[in-house]
Amino acid sequence: MTASIPLLALDTLWIQVAGTLCNIACTHCFISCSPTNDSHEMISLAEVERRLDEARELGVREYYFTGGEPFMNRDMLSILEATLRQGPATVLTNGMLLRSETCRRLRELSDASDYSLDIRVSLDGFDAESHDAIRGRGVWDKVMTGLRNLADAGINPVITVTTAAEGVETNEGRARFLDIIRNFGFTKPRLKVLSLFRIGAEETRTRAYEEWERIANESLTDDEASTLQCSSCRMVTSKGVYVCPILIEEPEAKMGETLADTLRPFPLKYGACHTCWVDGVTCRT
Amino acid sequence: MRVAELQSSRVAEEQSRRNEPPLQLRNSATLQLAFIGGIYSNYHALVATLDDIARRGVDATYFLGDLGAFGPHPDRVPALLRERGIAGIQGNYEESLSSDASDCHCGYTDPRDNHYAQISYDYTFANTSDDHKRWMGTLPREIRFIAGDRKFLLVHGSPRKINEFLWRSTSPEPFLDKLLRDHDADVIVCTHTGLHWHRALDRNRHVINAGVIGRPANDGHTNVWYTLVRVSNDHVEVEFVPVAYDHHALADEMRRERLPDEFVETILTGWWTTCLEILPAKERAAGKW
Repeated sequence: MTASIPLLALDTLWIQVAGTLCNIACTHCFISCSPTNDSHEMISLAEVERRLDEARELGVREYYFTGGEPFMNRDMLSILEATLRQGPATVLTNGMLLRSETCRRLRELSDASDYSLDIRVSLDGFDAESHDAIRGRGVWDKVMTGLRNLADAGINPVITVTTAAEGVETNEGRARFLDIIRNFGFTKPRLKVLSLFRIGAEETRTRAYEEWERIANESLTDDEASTLQCSSCRMVTSKGVYVCPILIEEPEAKMGETLADTLRPFPLKYGACHTCWVDGVTCRT
Repeated sequence: MRVAELQSSRVAEEQSRRNEPPLQLRNSATLQLAFIGGIYSNYHALVATLDDIARRGVDATYFLGDLGAFGPHPDRVPALLRERGIAGIQGNYEESLSSDASDCHCGYTDPRDNHYAQISYDYTFANTSDDHKRWMGTLPREIRFIAGDRKFLLVHGSPRKINEFLWRSTSPEPFLDKLLRDHDADVIVCTHTGLHWHRALDRNRHVINAGVIGRPANDGHTNVWYTLVRVSNDHVEVEFVPVAYDHHALADEMRRERLPDEFVETILTGWWTTCLEILPAKERAAGKW
């Protein structure tokens, strides 16, 4: 018997604005995003606005934008402008498309809103060699330019590092990353370490989940449920509304077409659920 | 007009058990309420705050939990609150201290925040008497009353979680509207974040973060803040009150207790040096560190 998780409150709405389209193809990507993956398509400004209307009715607290690479969506800045009128927004980006003009505009949007705008940039190594081994040749240099542009615009990003970067979970590893971030001129370095999910490309890079890697509990208390992000989030893609940002290639994880369709409990039967449970992961910042 | 009426039977029971007076009503159409957020063992600030409240002739005063944390001699604050018979609720600190928990359950996620939170908690745990810990266990988790015709709900973090952070820049109106509806309140008063703010919603509804008197508001000023709310029928007016206190005396005591220099620096400069990775982008940008 698999435990089901209730939706305690829809606090966090994820929107996959770029679909599975990305300008790179990381070897650890849990949904195998790439320049040619059109499994989920881009989402238009008009569609985001419809979702914002739904979200307002349900009392959503915060909005996260992901892909693929969100800045491949030409409407991204307009999407953020619309969102920041309603609540705080976070963009998960690989940092390669953060041109000076884009960063300047992001700063303007942030200053004009009553709510927080967070830019989250992924690094996967301490240097070009380790980072590019996962993200592709030449990516490190482009991200460095993007980070400098953010710093010039006075935007302090959250740097996210997956555990594919060896040693990042140790105090020394964290300190090293914090130094790297400081070197860009960010005097208040912000760092978040993310777990890897053994699905998508990561399944090939390391291994798939074993059958025993499932949540064994038959039920969860509300306190236990609240530690899992799926008790308080949903994910919108071009195909509909999914339980969380991770499971969008699982057909059964699509819970409906509208947010209101998806307020019911969800069975925690996937290997990725085990990672969230054991590692205490939340994709939220 | 019945200006104030205790709503929650549990709270009423708790309060009568502790022989607390009901809200004292002045002969006035406007009721003035004072709310004291996290005190963090800042006894000097508490004395100054209570003096200020007394000068203003406030009708009722409430504390909102987290009596201990960064400061020295954690027995002094509960002793004074109990001596004065001030009503209030548990914060995550009181919940942890009264249940022998091994950490403060502050709700931080970054190891840097948790490192300093543990130093605070271990010191506070070791220096809080069993009698005060037992008393903390008797405090309610929320207080409800009606003032004017507004239904007030006092909580530490949020109505749904004692350690939830309600920051201004991540608490948008649709979310607050839902909290008020779900928890049958017109006015929610909370603390926990350390930063005061107020959002007025439609139909004279309000969410107020009362701020804290335990440490400055990360703005480069050494004063701390408590909150006054004036209520008349359905009209609610919020005033954040800055309180200057002898912060040098506090800093000296903190040093003598060998509390971290980082904690002392915050008291002397008004800039947060620890437990700030949890801040959202906007609030983080406003501080020095």
